[in-house]
Amino acid sequence: MVQMTMIEALRDAHDVAMANDDRVVVYGEDVGYFGGVFRVTAGLQKKYGKSRCFDAPINEAGIVGTAIGMAAYGLRPVIEIQFADYVYPGMDQIVSEAARLRHRSAGDFTCPLVIRMPTGGGIFGGQTHSQSPEAFFTHSSGLKTVVPSNPRDAKGLLLAAIADPDPVIFLEPKRLYNGPFDGHHDRPVTSWKKHPLGDVPEGNEIIPLGKARITREGKDVTVLAYGTMVYVAEAAAAETGIDAEIIDLRTLLPIDLDTIKASVEKTGRCVIVHEATKTSGFGAELSALVQENCFYSLEAPIIRVTGWDTPYPHAQEWDYFPGPVRVGAALKTVMER
Amino acid sequence: MTNTPPLTLNVPEPGCRPGDTPDFSDFVIPRAGAVDRPPVDVDPDDIRDMAFSIIRVLNKDAEAVGPWAEGLSQEELLQGLRHMMLLRAFDARMLTAQRQGKTSFYMQHLGEEAVSCAFAMALEPGDMNFPTYRQAGLLIARDYPMQTMMNQIYSNAKDPLHGRQLPIMYSSKDHGFFSISGNLGTQFVQAVGWAMASAISGDTRISAAWIGDGSTAESDFHSAMVFASTYNAPVILNIVNNQWAISTFQGIARGGVGTFAARGHGFGIASVRVDGNDYLAVHAVAKWAAERARLGHGPTLIEHVTYRAGGHSTSDDPSAYRAADEGAAWPLGDPIDRLKRHLIRIGAWSEERHIQAEAQIRDEVVAAQKAAEANGTLGQGTAPSARDMFEGVFETMPPHLVRQRQEAGY
Repeated sequence: MVQMTMIEALRDAHDVAMANDDRVVVYGEDVGYFGGVFRVTAGLQKKYGKSRCFDAPINEAGIVGTAIGMAAYGLRPVIEIQFADYVYPGMDQIVSEAARLRHRSAGDFTCPLVIRMPTGGGIFGGQTHSQSPEAFFTHSSGLKTVVPSNPRDAKGLLLAAIADPDPVIFLEPKRLYNGPFDGHHDRPVTSWKKHPLGDVPEGNEIIPLGKARITREGKDVTVLAYGTMVYVAEAAAAETGIDAEIIDLRTLLPIDLDTIKASVEKTGRCVIVHEATKTSGFGAELSALVQENCFYSLEAPIIRVTGWDTPYPHAQEWDYFPGPVRVGAALKTVMER
Repeated sequence: MTNTPPLTLNVPEPGCRPGDTPDFSDFVIPRAGAVDRPPVDVDPDDIRDMAFSIIRVLNKDAEAVGPWAEGLSQEELLQGLRHMMLLRAFDARMLTAQRQGKTSFYMQHLGEEAVSCAFAMALEPGDMNFPTYRQAGLLIARDYPMQTMMNQIYSNAKDPLHGRQLPIMYSSKDHGFFSISGNLGTQFVQAVGWAMASAISGDTRISAAWIGDGSTAESDFHSAMVFASTYNAPVILNIVNNQWAISTFQGIARGGVGTFAARGHGFGIASVRVDGNDYLAVHAVAKWAAERARLGHGPTLIEHVTYRAGGHSTSDDPSAYRAADEGAAWPLGDPIDRLKRHLIRIGAWSEERHIQAEAQIRDEVVAAQKAAEANGTLGQGTAPSARDMFEGVFETMPPHLVRQRQEAGY
């Protein structure tokens, strides 16, 4: 075990994968010599050479499109979109091509590809450095979508994503890169170096995709969360004294329905929390799944606490971000119904 | 500034519309043999004029002339003629099959047969094409079974793509033919990535990207050019300029640039134009570009100048937007006719043999069609299983798809 930040854990996952498999190539904007604007790929070009880790032109469609060609050739590209907010020029390649290649060619060609992108708000990133676009991906058949919330999961899930035979969207909450964040923006930030989840196994230890993790066991209400919202939910539970069972979904697709069902059948209540906008967000899918699968166990309507249906603002950051006060209020509401 | 006249929007128009007399007098055709053949390691800057000329081998007397006329034996030329005739006969049968309701859709290659048939013969086994929907000659020339193509078009039980794809969206890795997508331009940049992968792996294989004149306006065209240029990728970037993108004439996509090939100059890519109806010229240029790529001299952009003699697809009626006899007036003629006349001129062919070959090829295609139709046509006879629809979305079916498959009754 080595104590790492999420950035270091992600870098270590790249290092392990590149050392174990010559087919793994890493590229994106500023990813090569400089090591990435968030330092995730620092040192990789020096260690593995420019043909394994290199800088790319500022062209998301080109980055994704070339990677699809490389994957079809037989490589295992791990590419970076600098911010999830900038993935849209690459969406045609992701949705129309990467996601469908295996199906449309009946397995003649496949696309083992990982598309990493920093996601989420809470950093005064404004409109184009804060978005959470996961619902665009979960809505596209053929993609797997992963959101880690801590260094240990980040490494294990990224290694699983790289080993996966199909395209994986890997969303990294940049607010969690250096330490956990529970939404109390007025308090000092702690580092992963002092957190048990910053303890990361060495070597090639994968965490399977499609498996959720219960971060806090409880009997009153099930909270479905991922990314930064896991810590917000933990803070809200502690502050309200409500015995919430908090599930970090980790993989949004395929979803771990068994863990969700077992929990909601136990608690009879469900609150869903995400940063992304509400309407047609991933929370709507989660709510529908719980309703369809746990209807007779439900004691109260399912509540979603999400970002508002507006572009992500700058000055109004903490009015937008679903912090512990809003999540706490939802926990109280669901218990009163 | 009070005297400034109001601005106006420029919307390019083709030379003629339905009812007009076709006029290609503005279309400059260099004489065959006029364009130099530079060494394959030429600096792209030194051949900038080639993007404004047209490499041609067959002259109006059907002789092969000039520096690009070399390399193909009589047997290879006869094979090329046969490939083009097969493709044309295949198209004719499938067009009729669509009209008869045996399939939902078809797109023919009429007039463009030389482009894909000649190009295919310049690549090596293991090289990969990233075609559009109008390069089936790449399959025909590489002996992909016609019956399998028809099974795909009929979406029957023997369809290699299990009925998942629209007709003609073939895929065959073994024949160097990447899975066709309906989304235009996407494969152009994927081809560059495949070539980059070959370079990363220290391989010797190359790729060929394909796009039409209209789709060069897509963003992915630009992406592909940037990446090919930056990484000196071993790729041949083919633009098939058939003058039409459905109803839109090529001037709408081309804008103010002189030729599509000239777009390569801004990226520092060696860029040439070739007579797309000249089998010998297409083959020679493809061979040159392939050697360039394979020797590590980088990408080549080829604009194949041709004419889409048929409708865009079975859902299109060209008489609504262009002169009915425009194809007949096309100054580069017909690719099959031109190669036929050349073969006759060199004593390797005759009108009688051509007529016999046409009949024989028609019989071959009809036989393949009968065999394919025995496997079913769209909605008739045996069909791919509905259960299969859920397969192959991922390598391993995730639980939610298993549930949906069961819900669907499979």
